[in-house]
Amino acid sequence: MTHIVTDNCTSCRFTDCVSVCPVNCFHGDADRLYIDPDLCIDCGACIPKCPVGAIVEDIDIIGSPLIDLNAKQSAKLPVIKTKQAPLPGADARRDKLIAEGLV
Amino acid sequence: MTKSIAIVGSGPAGFYAAEALLEAEMDVQVDMYERLPIPFGLVRYGVAPDHQKLKGVTAVFDGIAAHPNFQFFGNVTVGQDVEIGELKAAYDAIIIASGAISDRKLGIPGEDLNGSVSATEFVSWYNGHPEFRDYSFDLSHPCAVVIGNGNVALDVSRILAKTPEELASSDICEHALVALSDSKITDIIVVGRRGPLQASFSIRELREFSTLFDAEPVFDPADLEATDASPEELQDAARMLGILKSFAHPDAPRLATKRIHFRFLLSPHEIEGKQKVEGITFSRCALEGDAFKRRPMPTGSHEVVPAGLVLRSVGYRGRALPGVPFDNIAGIIPSQLGRVTDTGGQPVPKLYTVGWISRGPSGIIGTNRDCANATADAVVADLRNASTP
Repeated sequence: MTHIVTDNCTSCRFTDCVSVCPVNCFHGDADRLYIDPDLCIDCGACIPKCPVGAIVEDIDIIGSPLIDLNAKQSAKLPVIKTKQAPLPGADARRDKLIAEGLV
Repeated sequence: MTKSIAIVGSGPAGFYAAEALLEAEMDVQVDMYERLPIPFGLVRYGVAPDHQKLKGVTAVFDGIAAHPNFQFFGNVTVGQDVEIGELKAAYDAIIIASGAISDRKLGIPGEDLNGSVSATEFVSWYNGHPEFRDYSFDLSHPCAVVIGNGNVALDVSRILAKTPEELASSDICEHALVALSDSKITDIIVVGRRGPLQASFSIRELREFSTLFDAEPVFDPADLEATDASPEELQDAARMLGILKSFAHPDAPRLATKRIHFRFLLSPHEIEGKQKVEGITFSRCALEGDAFKRRPMPTGSHEVVPAGLVLRSVGYRGRALPGVPFDNIAGIIPSQLGRVTDTGGQPVPKLYTVGWISRGPSGIIGTNRDCANATADAVVADLRNASTP
């Protein structure tokens, strides 16, 4: 089992999650973050930190391509361990996701 | 010039503070002092033995400890073997990260009877804490009551509910495995003063109860109906409620040997017994107050539950350290942004704090990284200012 970053992160990249990750398992590119499933210890500290609800447990999305995507992308992207500024437009995207009931 | 910093305590808060200091753009030497011979605090002695993955975080702590500018001193009790004043004389800064290890009491008659213990003692015993290894618990009565609605209450209930085979696959201590294998407990009653929506259970821990080999969780939906919840409260706790409702199947045959009953709106009134615990009387409660601020108020009626073991898990507090300000009511060291403050709210030179001893027992392992970064920032800023002529 592991935790998974969903597409809600794309174009937001708030990164509030990374500062509470006890094992530094977040990796990222310019658009979004991914979780390394081999490092995640399933503590769940990151879930309430995400303003757009972009972190879920794999058992809640069984069969989703996001599970593979997180494993593959985290393997080749750098670790993000300190909070960074959200992407421009992140707040507007958050409000839109909330309005659409996707958070 | 190298700045020397002492950290008191070796749990997650202490280690993340060490990490933040060692990664700061400053030449530092970090010395960590620990009362026990070995490090990792509640990760070692608090995290449940069947939560092995969570304990994997110690690999991160090992990595921090491998830094050449880090030293660990075990078996040193600060305030006893070495005074805070001595540390102040020897170091540029001291960070107190001693956690919240004392448990809160219920404050009801009978609480000191044999068989009425804190969940902390039980947890420390099955996790092999050296100060608790010789404890024994009477597991001969069919019913045990667990008071509290947090994750520690769930941990002890789950350990009591597991079969010897399930426990053997964890890293539970041998002495605890032997004792629990002989347990006659069949019914574990987890009790909260407030309603199901107000419980502090984590989703992940609650869900584990539907995966036990030979124990089944029980929930009475009447406890929810009695709370008259607002739509917002129901929405807020929807996931937890979904799991609790999945425990409610009154007409299904009971096949498992053990049951975990999730009970609500019951406030401990008195623990009954002559030489030892024979039962506990609860005051039935109703919720009063606005949504999200509900308080339990006794209705005047009582319920008696026969039991041989009462484990309380109703909160934790830190212990005062001689020479360090302490807020006796909150059970924490008062501080602002990591700087320890005196009764006048002024920062005390060289003293800092982090983790549960600074903010109270809330949050999980990773929460301490955020907290530790803030404290380390304060230490680094003050040391920089002090070096500027």
